[in-house]
Amino acid sequence: MKDKGKIVAGLIIFFMFVTFPFWYNHGAASTAPEVVLTPKAKAAKTCIADKEFMRTEHMQILDEWRDTVVRDGQRVYVNEHGKEYVASLSDTCMDCHSNKAEFCDRCHNYASVTPYCWDCHTYPEEKK
Amino acid sequence: MMENSRRSFLKIAGYSILGVSAGSMLIGMTPKLTGASSKTALPEYIKRPEAKTATRWGMVIDTRKIDHEMNEKLQEACHEIHNVPDHIAKFDNKNHEIKWIWATEFKHAFPSDQDDQFMVDRLAHVEIPVLCNHCDNPPCVQACPTKATFKRESDGIVLMDFHRCIGCRFCMAACPYGARSFNFRDPRPAIEKIDMAFPTRMKGVVEKCNFCAERLAKGKEPACVEASEGALVFGDLNDPESEIRKLLAEQFAIRRKPNLGTFPSVFYIV
Repeated sequence: MKDKGKIVAGLIIFFMFVTFPFWYNHGAASTAPEVVLTPKAKAAKTCIADKEFMRTEHMQILDEWRDTVVRDGQRVYVNEHGKEYVASLSDTCMDCHSNKAEFCDRCHNYASVTPYCWDCHTYPEEKK
Repeated sequence: MMENSRRSFLKIAGYSILGVSAGSMLIGMTPKLTGASSKTALPEYIKRPEAKTATRWGMVIDTRKIDHEMNEKLQEACHEIHNVPDHIAKFDNKNHEIKWIWATEFKHAFPSDQDDQFMVDRLAHVEIPVLCNHCDNPPCVQACPTKATFKRESDGIVLMDFHRCIGCRFCMAACPYGARSFNFRDPRPAIEKIDMAFPTRMKGVVEKCNFCAERLAKGKEPACVEASEGALVFGDLNDPESEIRKLLAEQFAIRRKPNLGTFPSVFYIV
């Protein structure tokens, strides 16, 4: 045990090194981005489900939609309140949320996710 | 000493396994947290009320009513609404060509099925429009390792799920009609005008005719049928009362490469 000092010092250095990103960025955390609703989305008041559900589960809904539409040919989604929506990212989601940069990209960039929806699906800004 | 510690080690190991398995069982028994879906039957998915339905869609092509201009019209109608890139017009690159419906010579559409010695003059020069045959026994579906291409059980259309296609091109090797094309490069630069109502594809997926599944869902006939001025007839092959079945009962029609046992759903009156 005569190397106790060295070991403890080494452990402290190691611990500081591992936690470096946490204490270095402490307090400097960028605030969560605010998404912007278009006037049309505001006027609609409600999305296909409530806000909190959409915020956390929209990717599951989209995943479900792509299977039911493409594989089962069931193209209309009836929500909890019996309201019908065409299950389409480009035609339904992007109809209200026509501001991809301020609505989709802001959060996706913040959360560092890169969904590949847009490799194929079109969005309103794209005027070619 | 040695014996004792081994014994206690085994004991502790046994208890921990018991603990972990009991814990995971408890977790498994707790009711799953689901969204809105568990409460009622809603939300659910339905078809549009105006959607066209059948048990086996098919097409009859009357080659007597088709000429070069008509073929170009059919291809234009299809390729425009499906965002099919034109790599030949844009980059003069025949190798990257993508086609959903196109014209070919009789001898290539029906190789060796018909004896072409002393063939009637009209057939020697006619242009035959060819497309995916939406086979009843599709070899491409069997070849696909990811089930990205599948035969829709409800109406027999052979479809692609581009989300799942990994671009292995087994389906292209399996298809005896060459009905499938591969996106060797990003298709978007080669699309004249992107139709916002339909997605494009991405680099690395295979694509082909979808019998206008998206139009049938809206109650419309396929784009080529609409543009054909009656040369193409579309309908339910399983419905004896349908226009297409009546036509097939009256007229002798052939299918492409029938000896392969794929049972195409596209018929040709020659």
